[in-house]
Amino acid sequence: MRAKLPLILGCLLLGTMIAFAVAPDVFAPMDPLAFDYDALMAPPSAAHWFGTDQFGRDMLSRTISAARIDLQIAVFAMAGPMLIGSLIGLLVGWFGGVADAVFGRLADLVVTFPFLVLVIAIVAVLGPGLINMYIAIACVGWVFYAKLMRGEVRVQRSLDYVAAGQVLGYSTARILFRHVLPNAMRPVIVYAVTDMALAILLGSSLGYLGLGAQPPEAEWGVLIADGKNFFTTAPWISLAPGVAIIMAGLGFSLVGDGLAGLLDVKR
Amino acid sequence: MNRGAWLLGRLAQIVPSFLLIGLVVFVLARLLPGDPISAILGDRATDATVARLTAQLGLDQPIPVQFLHFIRNVLHGDLGDSIAYHIPVTQLIGERLPVTLALTAMSMVIAVALAIPLAFIAALQADRWPDLLIRGVFQVGLSTPIFYVGLLLLTFFAAWLGLFPVGGYGDGLLEHLWHLFLPACTLAFSFAAVLMRSLRGAILAVLTAEFVDFARSKGISRRLILLRHVLRNALIATVSLIGLNVGSLLGGAVITESVFAVPGVGRLMVDSIFARDYPVIQSLTLALAVLVSLAFLITDIVQMTLDPRVAK
Repeated sequence: MRAKLPLILGCLLLGTMIAFAVAPDVFAPMDPLAFDYDALMAPPSAAHWFGTDQFGRDMLSRTISAARIDLQIAVFAMAGPMLIGSLIGLLVGWFGGVADAVFGRLADLVVTFPFLVLVIAIVAVLGPGLINMYIAIACVGWVFYAKLMRGEVRVQRSLDYVAAGQVLGYSTARILFRHVLPNAMRPVIVYAVTDMALAILLGSSLGYLGLGAQPPEAEWGVLIADGKNFFTTAPWISLAPGVAIIMAGLGFSLVGDGLAGLLDVKR
Repeated sequence: MNRGAWLLGRLAQIVPSFLLIGLVVFVLARLLPGDPISAILGDRATDATVARLTAQLGLDQPIPVQFLHFIRNVLHGDLGDSIAYHIPVTQLIGERLPVTLALTAMSMVIAVALAIPLAFIAALQADRWPDLLIRGVFQVGLSTPIFYVGLLLLTFFAAWLGLFPVGGYGDGLLEHLWHLFLPACTLAFSFAAVLMRSLRGAILAVLTAEFVDFARSKGISRRLILLRHVLRNALIATVSLIGLNVGSLLGGAVITESVFAVPGVGRLMVDSIFARDYPVIQSLTLALAVLVSLAFLITDIVQMTLDPRVAK
């Protein structure tokens, strides 16, 4: 029971965030875009639990409404690299040879670039914005999934069930996608869940720098960047979005750790 | 294999990896929007002028030849001129890079000073409340974005308590250190979390290793075992962790410098994107990747000195 406690906590945190993302109107106490000129930059109170921003907008409501974009970032910033990387890792791990050697060099090369710097450089080529951010993250992030998948496939390749499939005359495609892939998938799934925590941090960081989600899209990093201008006079503006990022990040990493235990994946 | 041969082999690896880094940056630069000719001449240049400049810059040459030119220019320290600052990029980076290096070095020191003792406490008290508390705090730390940690420190220690400056870099060594302290703590926090997590695991592994049992059976005191064996192994692990994380520290410096308005290369990079200062972006990507691969090299050498098995 005690061992499962972090997993339960993680599920609760994630559940809350998903509920916010699915039905922000139900949970947000006010209209996130309504201006309240009687409460400009008002500190936390009974009416506005997390205070208001420079236009009198309720920060709790704005934060809850932003959950949708941030969870979208978590999913898309993970899905692109995972799909591309898993496929490449599956193929180079299975076939080996020249492709595998080229992949090895490429993987070594990508890790010499600071992850964030390379992502920022690619965003510079494509221009700021969410879609371009996803493309930039996919360009760099696939390598980590491919390395993980490649290693796993190389272990699976020498197992008896693969030989059995070959003796039965199954096609390579059938063995790879129906048999090897499901068996090699577990560590990738665990990594993907933990990666979503990193995606939230990365996405909000790029949003904060002005390279990710663009205002008026309400994203937690963008909200914090908004509030930063008033951090001496109204520091509460960035409180709610900051807490939200921590809750979401913690949710994903606790669930990831819990899944690693449940699926018996060593990391 | 002896140490000399290992070292030579390791040094030789640096050449192809620099060339590959150069290739990536070259490709990136070719993909950047806007062509350099119209950036230099403007829209009203005659066809003849455009043709002359194209030939002068070598842009009419085949791509592989252009790549060789690019590498030659880089080796000569010629990275072009900044569009926003109108000075050579090399000079600009030369002014800003020491700031970032100082920030990164300071945060490494702070992170190591935090992580090693805490990792020891956590490992020796494994699964009791000090361990759970330390791990809990760092788990939250790993889920907190760098810019938010920075903003919190800025609000508490600079704006409210007035203990530290709100931003900037100051003049003179002491002022630099004072200005960099909060940014360095910001950057150190998540790195300390990563370090602590791995070190705790490493220490636990050493504590259950056979050679520790053997040392204990010889009657060597617990204190000596901890100092001689456990600490030594923990330090080796720390060195490789620092090396592996130089890249993420430099990435984190980009964010930290933006929050605290520190005039280093990280902030320069973000500013350059909005100024469309492509020569600067390209050169910084190159410079930071070269720095990381040098850090990998130094880490390998230090590790070999600490643990000769690496060379085998």
